Amino acid sequence: MKIAVASGKGGTGKTTVAVSLALSVPDAQLVDADAEEPNCHLFLRPSIQRTIPVYMMVPHVDLTKCDFCRKCADFCAFNALAVVKEQVLVFPELCHGCTGCVYVCPREAIVARQRQIGEVEIGAARGMVFIQGRLKPTEPSAVRIVREEIAQIDPKGGPAIIDASPGTACAVQDTIGQSQFCLLVTEPTPFGLHDLKMAMDVAQELGVPSGVVINRNGARDSIIEDECRKRNIPVLLKIPFDRRVAEAYSRGQPLVDAFPEWRESLRSLYREIERRVMT
Amino acid sequence: MKIAVTSTGSDLDAQIDPRFGRAQYLLIIDVESYEVEAIENPNIAAGGGAGIQTSQLVVDRGAEAVLTGNCGPNAFRTLAAAGLKIYTGLNGSVREAVESLKSGELTPTEGPSVPGHFGSSG
Ligand code: SF4
Ligand code: SF4
Repeated sequence: MKIAVASGKGGTGKTTVAVSLALSVPDAQLVDADAEEPNCHLFLRPSIQRTIPVYMMVPHVDLTKCDFCRKCADFCAFNALAVVKEQVLVFPELCHGCTGCVYVCPREAIVARQRQIGEVEIGAARGMVFIQGRLKPTEPSAVRIVREEIAQIDPKGGPAIIDASPGTACAVQDTIGQSQFCLLVTEPTPFGLHDLKMAMDVAQELGVPSGVVINRNGARDSIIEDECRKRNIPVLLKIPFDRRVAEAYSRGQPLVDAFPEWRESLRSLYREIERRVMT
Repeated sequence: MKIAVTSTGSDLDAQIDPRFGRAQYLLIIDVESYEVEAIENPNIAAGGGAGIQTSQLVVDRGAEAVLTGNCGPNAFRTLAAAGLKIYTGLNGSVREAVESLKSGELTPTEGPSVPGHFGSSG
C-alpha cells in the first residue's frame, strides 16, 4: 500500500507526521518525494546504499540537416524551441522531454540526447527502506524524479509512506495519483485551511480517498473540522499545540522519538487508513 | 528600419510596457515613416517561454531592434541569436522612445536586464 502524506503548504509538520508514521508501523518504506528540499534524512540519518541517476531527454539539432521549417517549434507546447534566422535554439529548462519534436521534424534533424536532472538514493534507516530524490537546483520539474522514487518501492515490502513536496504542483499530483490514500497534514489557521482545500480538491479529482491530520491543534480551533465535515473527509488525528513538539522537531527528533506515547496513536492512524482503503 | 516597441496601447502615444514577453502590445514601427503595425500580444497568458515566443514574433515581423523596459534571459538569447539590438530601461511614451533611439541617445543592452519569469505572475 502507498500512502501519500501531503499538505497544501510547507511548515505544517508534514515531514514529522510522515516519519513518525513510518517509524510506528512494521516494515515501512519511507519515500521522501520532496526532491527539491528533501529533509526526512535529517530525522532518520539513513545510510545510502545505491544512487540511481535520473535523466531527461533534451533535443539536439543537426543544423546541416535542418531547413528551418519550424515544425518543431510550432509543435512544442512548452516553447522550448525557437527557430530564428537559420538557427534552432533549444531552451533545456523549458523542455519536458516529450520527444515530440524528434518525430515531428521532417528532415530527421533532431536527435534525443540525455541530461541528468537529479538522482534517487536508496538506503536504510532504522530497519526501514529509505528512498529519497534530489532534483538539481536548475531543473524545473521533479516529476521524473518522484516517478523513479515510486518505481523503487518494493511492491512486496511493507507500506510505503511517501512524504510529498508541499503545495499542489505536478509532482505532488503525481504522487497522490499513484497512492491508495492521501493523508493531508494541516494546521488550524485560515492559510492552512485555504491550502488544505486545494490539496483536498486534488485528491478528490484524482479519486484518491483522503483523511486529515490537524497539527498544532488548539482547543477552540474548529475551522478545519468544519470544512472536513462539509466534505465528508475524516479527521484522523489531532496533534495538540505543544511547544515541546516544536522543540523536538528543531532538534531533528521525530514526534514518536520525543514522545513515545504517540506511537500507539500513529499505529491506530495506520490501521484506520488500512481499513478505509480495504473497504 | 523597422523596430519593435513593447506598449500598453496600440499607437505611438501609448506608454511603454516595461515587460517584454508579456507586453500587452507590440508595435512594429518603421522609424523613417512612423508607420505602425500594432499587434496584440498573443503570449500574455503563455504558461512559460513567453519571452521566446514574443521574440520569435518580432523577429518574424522583420524588426531589427527592440525597445522595452526589461528583457529576460530567454528572450535576450533569442533576440540576440537573430541579430536584433535590444534596448532596455525605457519608459514614457512610445513616440519618445523612438525619438531617443533616432537621436542616438540609446545604447544597446549587453545582457538580460532581469532574471527569468520577471513579468509573469506565477
Ligand atoms: S522541424 Fe526539423 S527541419 Fe524543421 S526547423 Fe525543426 S529541426 Fe529544422
Ligand atoms: S522534447 Fe517535447 S518539450 Fe522538449 S523541445 Fe521537444 S517538443 Fe518541446
